[in-house]
Amino acid sequence: MTSLHSRFAPVLAVLAAIVAIWYLGAYALNAPFQRDLDRRSGETPTAWEFVVRTMTQAKPTLPAPHQVVANVYENTFLRKPTSNRSLVYHSWVTLSATLLGFAFGTALGILIAVGIVHVTTLDRSLMPWIIASQTIPILAIAPMVIVVLAAVGITGLIPKALISTYLSFFPVAVGMVKGLRSPEAMHLDLMRTYHASRAQTFWKLRVPASVPFLFASMKVAIAASLVGAIVGELPTGAVAGIGSRLLNGSYYSQTIDIFAALIAGSVVAIILVSIIGLAGRLTEKAMGARPA
Amino acid sequence: MTGAVVAASRLGLTFRTNDGPVEALSNVDLTIGKGEFVSFIGPSGCGKTTFLRVIADLEQPTAGTITVNGMSPEMARKARAYGYVFQAAALYPWRTIERNVALPLEIMGISKSEQAERIRRTLDLVNLTGFEKKYPWQLSGGMQQRASIARALAFDADLLLMDEPFGALDEIVRDHLNEQLLVLWARTQKTICFVTHSIPEAVYLSTKIVVMSPRPGRVTDVIESTLPRERPLEIRESPEFLAIAHRVREGLRAGHSYDD
Ligand SMILES: Nc1ncnc2c1ncn2[C@@H]1O[C@H](COP(=O)(O)OP(=O)(O)OP(=O)(O)O)[C@@H](O)[C@H]1O
Ligand SMILES: [Mg+2]
Repeated sequence: MTSLHSRFAPVLAVLAAIVAIWYLGAYALNAPFQRDLDRRSGETPTAWEFVVRTMTQAKPTLPAPHQVVANVYENTFLRKPTSNRSLVYHSWVTLSATLLGFAFGTALGILIAVGIVHVTTLDRSLMPWIIASQTIPILAIAPMVIVVLAAVGITGLIPKALISTYLSFFPVAVGMVKGLRSPEAMHLDLMRTYHASRAQTFWKLRVPASVPFLFASMKVAIAASLVGAIVGELPTGAVAGIGSRLLNGSYYSQTIDIFAALIAGSVVAIILVSIIGLAGRLTEKAMGARPA
Repeated sequence: MTGAVVAASRLGLTFRTNDGPVEALSNVDLTIGKGEFVSFIGPSGCGKTTFLRVIADLEQPTAGTITVNGMSPEMARKARAYGYVFQAAALYPWRTIERNVALPLEIMGISKSEQAERIRRTLDLVNLTGFEKKYPWQLSGGMQQRASIARALAFDADLLLMDEPFGALDEIVRDHLNEQLLVLWARTQKTICFVTHSIPEAVYLSTKIVVMSPRPGRVTDVIESTLPRERPLEIRESPEFLAIAHRVREGLRAGHSYDD
């Protein structure tokens, strides 16, 4: 109980500070518009009434935390999950593209890493391209991918998943190259004394040694996949998904909706990263790792 | 030279390092016959590990010639002619003790039932029965080293290369393992190359003691033991034993004075 308390106390303190600053910011940013409004309608609210009004606007410049919380609650729990206004529905649309892209990206990343570790020429020729690929801003590539694929009749899930793949293969490739090369010299020498084949050395030594690296890079990759899926929903004005909520929100100045969609995205990200972390811990435990 | 398990002639190995060449081995002439127990002794850096690694085809000589079982070290390695015990246990942390011992057997394609039998036998030999399902981190350093010896014994090569296998063990365990090793050696007729820093250990175990000295790494004395093959621990108090130990110590001292 005390340990739980001591673990969460600092986190809660930071949260309280953020909320306090957020409220101050909401007041400061919404006050000019509210003052304007009141002057035009000839009202003279008391100081407290004025503060309350800055926190209850329909389209505030910066929504107050309780407005966002209410919106998230309403759109998560009070709507049918199949409804077009449900955050669960939009999160699911983005999540499915994220997971598909993550699966592609992880597979591609592992494949590239295996190639790089085993073929010297690939190490020299492929790595610069891979690094260059990540220097091109995703916001420049995403519309091209979406438009080109739409031209050949591919729309919906696949184009978004491809953008997720593009972002997520990189951390996996880099992490797995490191992981597959992580066995110490003596462990490799041992395999040599047995005259083990490359395949045997790969499966019995390199792969098990790379597992911690795989999970560490998958944590980064799944977060990148989510970003990719959301970005993939922006350029075409997709009808569903967290990205479409962000876009719609900004078209119609529904700032509260934008923040609610951001919260939904963060929650999905936290859940995904936690699942990977848990899977990693369970795998390492099954592989006999010393409990930390 | 026919019949020799290891035959080195004018063998040299120079490592190219950033601070210039290091002569790890220079002009080594040595013949090891079948069934011999050869100890390598000498100060740190005199090339003991390097010599074992050359036999094992883990390091390529830069001068002279060496054969293992009459062939090149590479061919001998590919014929799985030797078992190697490294200076550290080098167990795979994600495998239990029994799976670690099974590793070479898996690689050599030995049947599951035969694997189980050999694991049981070799773990019994190094007194690790009951620890089959434990992971390396759950064992003491000495037990880990014994597991690594079991792993080298499991596939029953005729030549055993052991690099300070008992260096990290306490005196009592070491005595016990020395006795066990002699029993094993007598029973299996294996050829054993054994690196040690301990004079009593070298004299107790060996039929031949190779004294080495550093910079450049070279052989300064080769002592054929006159002790009988049958060796109770008490033999270490006999005058014959002490005479050989004395000669080894003299050899080591001579190697050192060369330095200064
Ligand atoms: N891979 C390497 N690259 C460069 N120099 C090396 C390498 N391996 C060994 N050496 C050098 O070769 C010499 C002999 O090393 P070696 O490991 O064979 O000594 P050793 O007799 O086994 O010593 P110890 O008793 O400390 O284990 C040392 O000077 C060492 O620094
Ligand atoms: Mg050594």
